[in-house]
Amino acid sequence: MRVEVQPKNQRELEGEQAAPSIIGLVSRLTGFREFMILAIVVAACIVMWVIAPIFMTFANWSALLLQVSLECIVAIGMTILLVSGGFDLSVGSTFGLAGAVTAMAIVSGVPEVIALLLGLATGTVIGLVNGFIIARIGINPFVTTLAMMSMVRGLLLVITRGRNIAGLPEAFGVLGQGNLFGIQNPIWISLLLVLIGDIFLRKSRFFRQNYYLGGNERAAALSGIKVERLKIFNYALTGALAAFSGILMTARLGAASVTAGTGLELKVITAVIIGGASLKGGEGTILGSFLGSLLMGILVGALTILGVDVYWNSSIIGATLLLAVLIDTLGRYRVKRSG
Amino acid sequence: MSAENILELRRITKDFPGVRAVNQVDFDLRYGEVHGLIGENGAGKSTLINILGGVLQPDAGEIVLEGAPIQFAGPADAACKGIAVVFQELSLVPTLSLAENIFFNRQPITPIGFVSASRLNSSAQQLLSLFKLQINPATPVKNLSMGYRQIIEVLKAISLRPKILILDEPTSSLGAAEIDQLFLNIGRLKSQGVSFVYISHHLPEIFRVADRVTVLRDGRNVGTFTISRVDEESLVKRMVGRELTNMYGEAGNVIGDYYFHFERHDGGAEPAPAIQLDLRHGEILGIAGLIGSGRSELAMEMVGITPNRRSVIVLNGQRFSFRHPAEAIKEGVLYLTEDRKELGLYLSMSVRDNCVAPTLPAYASAIGFLSERKINAAADIARQRFNIATPSVRKPVGQLSGGNQQKVLLAMWTNARPKVLVVDEPTKGVDVGAKSEIYRLLRELAGSGIGIIMISSELQEILGMSDRIRVMRDGRFVAEFNRQDATEEKLILAATGFGQAH
Repeated sequence: MRVEVQPKNQRELEGEQAAPSIIGLVSRLTGFREFMILAIVVAACIVMWVIAPIFMTFANWSALLLQVSLECIVAIGMTILLVSGGFDLSVGSTFGLAGAVTAMAIVSGVPEVIALLLGLATGTVIGLVNGFIIARIGINPFVTTLAMMSMVRGLLLVITRGRNIAGLPEAFGVLGQGNLFGIQNPIWISLLLVLIGDIFLRKSRFFRQNYYLGGNERAAALSGIKVERLKIFNYALTGALAAFSGILMTARLGAASVTAGTGLELKVITAVIIGGASLKGGEGTILGSFLGSLLMGILVGALTILGVDVYWNSSIIGATLLLAVLIDTLGRYRVKRSG
Repeated sequence: MSAENILELRRITKDFPGVRAVNQVDFDLRYGEVHGLIGENGAGKSTLINILGGVLQPDAGEIVLEGAPIQFAGPADAACKGIAVVFQELSLVPTLSLAENIFFNRQPITPIGFVSASRLNSSAQQLLSLFKLQINPATPVKNLSMGYRQIIEVLKAISLRPKILILDEPTSSLGAAEIDQLFLNIGRLKSQGVSFVYISHHLPEIFRVADRVTVLRDGRNVGTFTISRVDEESLVKRMVGRELTNMYGEAGNVIGDYYFHFERHDGGAEPAPAIQLDLRHGEILGIAGLIGSGRSELAMEMVGITPNRRSVIVLNGQRFSFRHPAEAIKEGVLYLTEDRKELGLYLSMSVRDNCVAPTLPAYASAIGFLSERKINAAADIARQRFNIATPSVRKPVGQLSGGNQQKVLLAMWTNARPKVLVVDEPTKGVDVGAKSEIYRLLRELAGSGIGIIMISSELQEILGMSDRIRVMRDGRFVAEFNRQDATEEKLILAATGFGQAH
């Protein structure tokens, strides 16, 4: 038996440490979900460039990125949640409520910085409540955040009496409308947060706990990860990011809308899953989620430029999500079969 | 406390609702010794190591570590104090690299607090070399075989540099060469003063690696022995608390005529089937072979779980080629999976609902509603006949012991009026007492004229139960023996295809 086992190891080893040839590099890169999406993004851009040169203009990209940027900020939190095996449906409502709270505070004379902090606090508290119910009481994230989504949206309607809040001062608008080197502030802020988030989730030991937690919760607890605390932190962070994004939206529009953020949760989850996260936990990166959001943005932008009826958008995004997951599943199936 | 002991347990007791899992257990572990811990399932081994590993707190008693009484706040605290546990169920994260799994949440970091990939991988590489494994430390665990995963689990514990290492069934997925490496490493660490608690169902392993052995029965320590002064027989006697004269029972079955035939042609010009099998009424046909020799695959093909166009079954003169398990069930060709938890039982449902699950239509009234009365009656009969130990048939199956779960599985399929029963590892994870009962039930079924195909990796079981034995290797039958001609050596020889048994 010994004789048989040894050479088998040897073969596996050779397969594992493929020579650093170009083919090896390509096959390693294609193993990265980010690389695959990046390739699709680049391919889509080139195709669009050829058939509709207007797509590659500064103005179009500036509009496109602005569209994507607010979503990306929420996607940072959602990625961390999905990696840790969690899930949050209430981000859209939180986005709306935080924008309205900040706007109402400013309109009633509260200094802008304080108003902004009030908005952030609103999101953080919603996240803390989600986290507490899920981690301490043990109710499942789907049910908890579904209920929270509804409650928060209701609260928003109650405090605004269903009316939009306009008439915000210009100084506050700068946050959302100003620009640096011709690129709007929300884009800069979003890129910066994505960059920081990606590095931290990839490299820092604290955030990497989420991969252990999402991959094997029992094992994580046995090795001393404070599972409850980490979960609560994740939901609070996600709430805060959703709130911040909502405040940026209010600043950009100069007004808070009671319907702001409706359906945002599903858009964000779609982007995060296209980006390589799994509802089972343990997988996903913020860079992937960013690229997922970008891909969806490009898709919608391209359809508009090509003159496709906007009513098709939702169907096409749904099909993209299904396709991404399908490719992933088939890939896994192949690996399992051969291995 | 004796100076030679690193750890002493004094009158440790742990209660769970309705059961005293560990009862006033004394246990001591010397510096640099391997201490075997054996006992039937449910004897309290798991509870005891969970207490040692800080997962559970004892209700009474004292833990003395290096001369000082101690309490563990949790598993991380126990690890800090030098006790590492390799649990039986694997605790790895499949999506992460093996290096990150070994240094589970203890990855080396750079001065600014980020994980240092280079130091992480080189430290992992060092540990891998202990087992002479040359795998890239960045390989995700999901790409590794079960054997590798088990070694990673051991390396994870070793990387904590423990004073005490507790191994719970560490060899269940390992091949012979890997077991040798494991024992080599145990020896090496032992000489550095590390102490081991080694749990195994496999007594020969205990004799090979342990210095002393403690036997648990019903939550009590029923004896600690120096390994050179005991033999297997007396340990088994201690474990079960009685002498098992013949746990396999007497073959009283009358073997009838051949009535079941299976064959598969692999195509090509050859007229002879690539594989075939015949079975007689009342016969127990044992199928031996190594794990992965294709035994379960053959069974699943027979009953249509993985249909194959080229395979044919002839049952009582009628030809079938099952495309779906439902067709096989209808004809009474039944398969009892080896994976009762994942594939066999509805763990969260009651004993009652499990018993009737495959035969539900039989309990429906004329208009299609299920009759509670009929179901309850059937469940009570099954409980008595199969001697299922449960306070109520309404208790979820998941809360029963392994042996009783296996009996429920047997009950639910016996209800489906089998003509041919294929049982796959029927006593996997079942303690000795329940084993002998399952053997009795199988004999009873054979006695009623049912042909039984029994797939098993336990040679003792194959030899004790079978009227006839066939051995598989690489998806083919390579040998056939009658009960009286078969020996353990012959079976191993045929199963491995080597000139020597070990």
